Amino acid sequence: MVSEEEVLHIATLADIGIGTGELPPFTRDFNAILDYFAVLDRVPAGEGWKSGIANVLREDEVTPSLPREEVLALSEAEDGYIRAPRVM
Amino acid sequence: MARGETAGDPLNAFITLAEIPPRGPGRLSGITVAVKDNISTRGVETTCGSRILSGYVPPYDAHVVDLIRNEGALIPGKTNMDEFGMGSSTENSGFGPARNPRDPERVTGGSSGGSAAAVASGMARMALGSDTGGSIRCPAAFCGIVGLKPTYGRVSRYGLVAYANSLEQIGPMAANVSDCSLLMEVISRYDPRDSTMKDRPYLPRLNGDIKGMRIGIPAEFFGKGVDPAVTDRVRKAIGVLEGLGAVSVECAMPSMEYALAAYYVTCTSEASSNLARFDGVRYGPSPDIRKPWHEAFQEMRMQHFGPEVRRRILIGTFALSAGYYGKYYGKAQVARQHVREDYARLFRDVDLLAGPTMPTVAWKIGAKSDPLSMYLADILTVPANLAGVPAVSVPCGSVEGLPVGLQLTGRPFEDEQVMNAAFAYEQAVKA
Repeated sequence: MVSEEEVLHIATLADIGIGTGELPPFTRDFNAILDYFAVLDRVPAGEGWKSGIANVLREDEVTPSLPREEVLALSEAEDGYIRAPRVM
Repeated sequence: MARGETAGDPLNAFITLAEIPPRGPGRLSGITVAVKDNISTRGVETTCGSRILSGYVPPYDAHVVDLIRNEGALIPGKTNMDEFGMGSSTENSGFGPARNPRDPERVTGGSSGGSAAAVASGMARMALGSDTGGSIRCPAAFCGIVGLKPTYGRVSRYGLVAYANSLEQIGPMAANVSDCSLLMEVISRYDPRDSTMKDRPYLPRLNGDIKGMRIGIPAEFFGKGVDPAVTDRVRKAIGVLEGLGAVSVECAMPSMEYALAAYYVTCTSEASSNLARFDGVRYGPSPDIRKPWHEAFQEMRMQHFGPEVRRRILIGTFALSAGYYGKYYGKAQVARQHVREDYARLFRDVDLLAGPTMPTVAWKIGAKSDPLSMYLADILTVPANLAGVPAVSVPCGSVEGLPVGLQLTGRPFEDEQVMNAAFAYEQAVKA
């Protein structure tokens, strides 16, 4: 069983807010889903998934990019910089 | 441009109505192709069904959008979907549920529900969807149209807003197999911008000849939870394939026991990483920049992400966290390999697998109130995504007036064979 405190802790790690009223139903559904995941305990031992995909590398050549003005127009830009909340 | 729920869109099939013009004459000239709203369209809002991308206008086109416009398609708008593809009914849309053309009180299926409703109601002749765990095949089945989840790596994901990269593919949806096949042909052209793509373009081969084809019938696809009326329809459809000269072979797929859990652990883990980019800094609604970083993000994300998206981010973060990684993510990847090995073993003996696409017909809007019961509806579609194999849903009659889908699954890069079998079935029942 995962407690309400643990759900709140995970939400903080994931930067997902949870309203006070939401916590009981979120915790209840979370535990129901984890109960279902218990079927994975019955998976026979074996190796992990092999995607068969290898990294694809390319030459480090400068190619045209998106227009700067169009990209900045999507954010609250100021003097050509993107504004973000303070870190410190 | 206009939001859905307008006079011209009573089914709420579209989030944005917009006439995106073709760029050149080609094989799609004069054809309307609706585009799911998680596929980027330059200059036209792309929301992924989420309030967090409300107002986001991509500065570039997805590769598939380039391809269809170059071939002459007109895009009538961006279709409704479960937020970021997280749902099986299109009820989780931030812009209201889409409605099933056969019965507007019922769901379209999801997450590409708007695309399916647009095609089934005639608002568009074809549509693009995306399929992470059944999101093309489920709404195709519920709305009575054809939908293909291509082999992983056959269609470029450049410009598709990422949810679970190792599982998802863009694919075609249409009212009949020929149209679906034509759209697949157009969108499967190689694109180096998706590094998981293979240069293996789809070359249609719709001759309807399936004589001698061996079709596996996994018992697990007709197991607990599958509506007997749906089973009956699908068994009859398999009988039609036998009548055309195919040989059916009863078989078993034991990994089905844990495939759904493996899928949900994998997709939520990938989502928890992918959706971290939605912080409102570079695009989307801005966080309150006077507040500290984490506080501002949590507030903004709580306000603009719906509950299902937050739930999946939580589950994925948990499944990847120290102390639980081995129990959940690690085990899910072992289970995923068992699913792949089951398919590989079966495809040494048979050419295709057949079964129902969905365990039931479309349910009433609001009928599934807890998340787990919604997840369980995906049991028959997720295995193909875990293994990357192609699978199509083709209409095979109805139960009490509601469409049922026959799902045909094939070997990797044999999408042509899957589509040809669907074509053979469609032509046989049409005649």
